[in-house]
Amino acid sequence: MPRIRPIRIEAIVLRQRPLGDADRICVLFSPTRGRIEAVAKGVRKPLSKMSGHVEPLSRGQFGLAQGRSLYVITDAQSLDPWSPLHDDVERMTEAMAMAELVDRSTDADAASGQLYQLLCQSLEALARTTAPEAVRRWFTLRFLDQQGYRPELDACVRCRAEVGPEGNGYSPADGGVICPSCHGAGHGQRLSSPVFRLLRYMRRSSAESTAQVRVDAAASVELERHLRLSLEQALDGRLRSSSFAEDLARAETIGRSAVKSAAESEREEQRRAAI
Amino acid sequence: MQRSPATSPTIARLIEAFHRLPGIGPKSAQRLAYHVLRAPRAEAEALAEALLEVKDSTRLCAVCQNITDSDPCGLCLDPQRSDATICVVEEPLDVAAIERAGVHRGRYHVLHGAISPMDGVGPEDLKVRELLSRLGDASVEEVILAMNPNLEGEATAGYLSRVIGAMGVRITRIAHGLPVGADVEYADERTLRAAMTHRVELERHEETD
Repeated sequence: MPRIRPIRIEAIVLRQRPLGDADRICVLFSPTRGRIEAVAKGVRKPLSKMSGHVEPLSRGQFGLAQGRSLYVITDAQSLDPWSPLHDDVERMTEAMAMAELVDRSTDADAASGQLYQLLCQSLEALARTTAPEAVRRWFTLRFLDQQGYRPELDACVRCRAEVGPEGNGYSPADGGVICPSCHGAGHGQRLSSPVFRLLRYMRRSSAESTAQVRVDAAASVELERHLRLSLEQALDGRLRSSSFAEDLARAETIGRSAVKSAAESEREEQRRAAI
Repeated sequence: MQRSPATSPTIARLIEAFHRLPGIGPKSAQRLAYHVLRAPRAEAEALAEALLEVKDSTRLCAVCQNITDSDPCGLCLDPQRSDATICVVEEPLDVAAIERAGVHRGRYHVLHGAISPMDGVGPEDLKVRELLSRLGDASVEEVILAMNPNLEGEATAGYLSRVIGAMGVRITRIAHGLPVGADVEYADERTLRAAMTHRVELERHEETD
């Protein structure tokens, strides 16, 4: 049998899952070979020299040898650990959403240099930004463009009339903006003027510039809904990691209500004792 | 696993049962099955009884959620332990590891997993609600988060720090850096950064005349 030569690739680690007692399967995303599953042997042992170099949401250089069914990582060197993504739970949540999108939309052995560049650029921007949500939304819009689901923002997707900023609708199923007259006829959901302008600005600007735009709470909710529905249309399903973002947003309220209910039950106990 | 016609169906069933255990490959499963076959009947019965007993008599401690024979468990009932600190861990085996090291004299709480957003595992799938109900008690002064230093552990610690932070209880997380016996040369950037950030001052030895 001819010996298969080991390969060397640059890749982003999208995710990991345990294998056996000491190993992990790493899902790598490379610009030249797309999505690759590879076994990192012994990385769950405390003295593993490789474990810190194969952490998810980091970029590295990997040596891979063909195993019986999966590749085996022979050596790994982290090139960019993007530490701020791991130190801050909000950045981490947005980074995981991006990684999940790429994980779900790429195939093995399919070169995808453009998407790799986009992910690298977005994770870089995410590691530096103070507005992680904005960077993830910027990534989502560009991801949709690259995957062939580019939302139309210049002309009505139903009648092809040019659209202005006021009175429009948005329909993920039809693929973009709906002019005021078609929207008036019951097509699409409301697309407010600030969100319409923001979507057009996001399309022509960098992640860093998008992160600097101040978005009020109502516009933020509306933009999130339009992007989520567009993604669900493209993926034919919901992102799993998006429910953690919702859990995280509710975390402080849960903590405060736990304190309140503990105080109430203490008062109830005191009342019963008094009786 | 493929069945060989040379193996009796009864043995093949046992081999398959062993093969389902974590870390047991097909060869090890075969060795274990033939060991049981050749062992005295009493040994096989003891194994079967132990397997059934572990399913019948263990349960989760209503307080710390660790696996126990008696509820509440020995660690929760021990009067020598402090109620002021709760060490939160992912798995029951983590409690065993920390107890072996003898480095914590407070209470424990076992979450039975870690938040893994990409796999759809959220806080409601873990024993988080049970932890929060324990923190209403004013005797708890500190929660020590002893999650694994990986993405899931970080997501879990990040979420818990938000929730518990809003309750006004002190939260700490166990340090991470270079493990004993490791080489600095092979350490990754994040580990080295954590090790540098959490460095400790060594005692100065003053020379005396």
